[in-house]
Amino acid sequence: MPTLTLLQAVNDGLKTVMRNDPTVLVFGEDVGPKGGVFLATEGLTEEFGVERCFDTPLSEDGIVGAAIGMAMNGLRPVAEIQFQDFIYPAFDQIVSEAAKLRYRSGGQYTAPMVIRTPYGGGIRGGLYHSQSGESYFAHTAGLKVVIPSTPHDAKGLLIASIEDPDPVIFMEPKALYRTLKGEVPEGSYTVELSTLREARAGKDVTVFCYGAMVTVAEKAAEQAATGGIEVAVVDLRTLLPLDEEGVLDAAKRTGRVVVLHEAPRFCGYGAEISALIAEHAIEYMEAPVVRVTGFDTPFPNTLEHNYMPDDRRVLDAIEHVYNF
Amino acid sequence: MTAELQHLAPDGSPRGDVPELEGTFLRELFVHMMRVRCTDERMLKLQRAGRIGFVGTAKGLEAAIIGSAAALQARDWLWSGLREGGAAVMRGLPLSEYVAQMYGNSHDTAKGRQMCNHFQHKASHYPSWSSVIGTQLVHGVGAAFASKLRGEDAVHAVYFGDGATSSNGFHSALNFAGVWRVPVVFVCIDNGWAISVASSQQTAARSYADKAAAYGMPGRDVDGNDVLACYQAAHEAIAAAREGGGPSLLVLKTYRMLGHSSSDDPTKYRDDDEVAAWAAKDPIDRYERYLVERGVLAGGERQAIEADLLRELDAVIHEEETVPPMPMRTLVEDVYAEVPPHLRRQFNSFIAVAERLGYARPGDGAFPL
Repeated sequence: MPTLTLLQAVNDGLKTVMRNDPTVLVFGEDVGPKGGVFLATEGLTEEFGVERCFDTPLSEDGIVGAAIGMAMNGLRPVAEIQFQDFIYPAFDQIVSEAAKLRYRSGGQYTAPMVIRTPYGGGIRGGLYHSQSGESYFAHTAGLKVVIPSTPHDAKGLLIASIEDPDPVIFMEPKALYRTLKGEVPEGSYTVELSTLREARAGKDVTVFCYGAMVTVAEKAAEQAATGGIEVAVVDLRTLLPLDEEGVLDAAKRTGRVVVLHEAPRFCGYGAEISALIAEHAIEYMEAPVVRVTGFDTPFPNTLEHNYMPDDRRVLDAIEHVYNF
Repeated sequence: MTAELQHLAPDGSPRGDVPELEGTFLRELFVHMMRVRCTDERMLKLQRAGRIGFVGTAKGLEAAIIGSAAALQARDWLWSGLREGGAAVMRGLPLSEYVAQMYGNSHDTAKGRQMCNHFQHKASHYPSWSSVIGTQLVHGVGAAFASKLRGEDAVHAVYFGDGATSSNGFHSALNFAGVWRVPVVFVCIDNGWAISVASSQQTAARSYADKAAAYGMPGRDVDGNDVLACYQAAHEAIAAAREGGGPSLLVLKTYRMLGHSSSDDPTKYRDDDEVAAWAAKDPIDRYERYLVERGVLAGGERQAIEADLLRELDAVIHEEETVPPMPMRTLVEDVYAEVPPHLRRQFNSFIAVAERLGYARPGDGAFPL
């Protein structure tokens, strides 16, 4: 089985789907001959032609709006928004149109499409190349929100997202694009949406996380193990619709929970996990849920290593809930 | 920039090269325009009586809507705004579905989910519209891209009002359409007012049609109260788009005679004199005079047509008024292709309360988990 970076796995996923389904198109800013600013679409125009992988005018609203129209008329568009920070001009098209089309039309019209977008900090990108806006989308009924954390899942979840009959926001942890390698099967396979993954088993504390934070949690779990604390790391993979049963099962198994994300805390995704556990598993809890998150500030630049949760902060939270 | 295209003067006398059209077609156009007006009047009465919630009328816009849409073929798409429901009926939306949508009953193909006056008809390619201004323009461009990619010759007519020309969607759509040279005709129904904001406050351009030049496409001003000019301009633009000539922008200059909607009082923001001046240019009166002069319509026949249309409409209203609303469980259906577990649980919690308190309806059971 080949070993690929997460970025190569995304590229492989796109090529695999495009070879199997002629209705799949890839477009966005600089995704054509250049292959994207991160090279996620490298080689696509060369292999599939400019009709199926092409550059658009510089307009996120136009990219997503056009993708909706294509999806309504028989195509399977995969639109790239170059950085998640730049998605907001398309927010109206995503929230008002793609997310609500099936519902408002009584199922007569649908928008099966994927919006791929790199998200997250750790590349010294400052306020506008670092954001984690997943909660905006997870709050919107009708969308699916998917975030892979390994090369294997990046390809399998991407293929599942493109094949899915509903619109998917596919957020790629750019900090892992080139730093994380893993085995990736050749050819087509899918990872089922709305199923979480236990990245590491442990009986004492459960850490819920996703995307780039999974590797941070794993590092903290490794250190906790040397101190005799066995930590389960749960990679949520799909934030909407969430595998609620899986979350509750994982929380109940340890009774001690840390929720981890790099997005700001207030109304962040961790709030939903915490509330879910409070509503349905409070009697199993041995300690209050602790959130480790980014700050409720804009994303910083030179201090980003302080803003972003690291293994030290996660380990501290693990020890806190363990010793509570 | 040339003056606006006109084939019928306000008194109904012909101007320029009037398109040569069959008498039966000319007469059908008249009936469709009359149906728009009759339907609006009936719906307003139902709204005033509290039987439906909202109406956005097309009074004054009948020539613009019917004339332009009549130039489309059955395989073409019509991406609508608020007021093109009459064009949908002309192109195949059954009147019963139109009325069902106004009532939001269980005959409504949108399952009662949209507020009134938001029509759709998949069979005639009339997609669902949101209430957000300008978003549908870009959808039309994307869908036209798909048609072109497959080598089909369908044209996508995208309708919007003067206010929408200020939206992101207008800019994105015209820009993308120009670059991609997709078969789209942008149809701006310039009725002078975006709710209470006059066109003079919407743009400093001489006409919205001038904006087309910035996107590398032709823009054309048309007398929007002249059904033959609207038909002819649309016919030419559609033909050009179909033959690979790319997109264009039509601006049909007309006037919304009533409020923005049944919730709006236009006397608060515009002069009676302005309304009276446009009443003298009424598109139906004008066209009636032309048809009577040509012998296509007999004097006084309008009243008989109106009576027939109202009779047809009243029978449909009578039928649809008694149709029950959708079952409660449709609350959580069609959010996704399949109802996911969290929505099943949310509905089941709700229906348990509704059953206990006695307001659940028969057939509204819980979902299996």
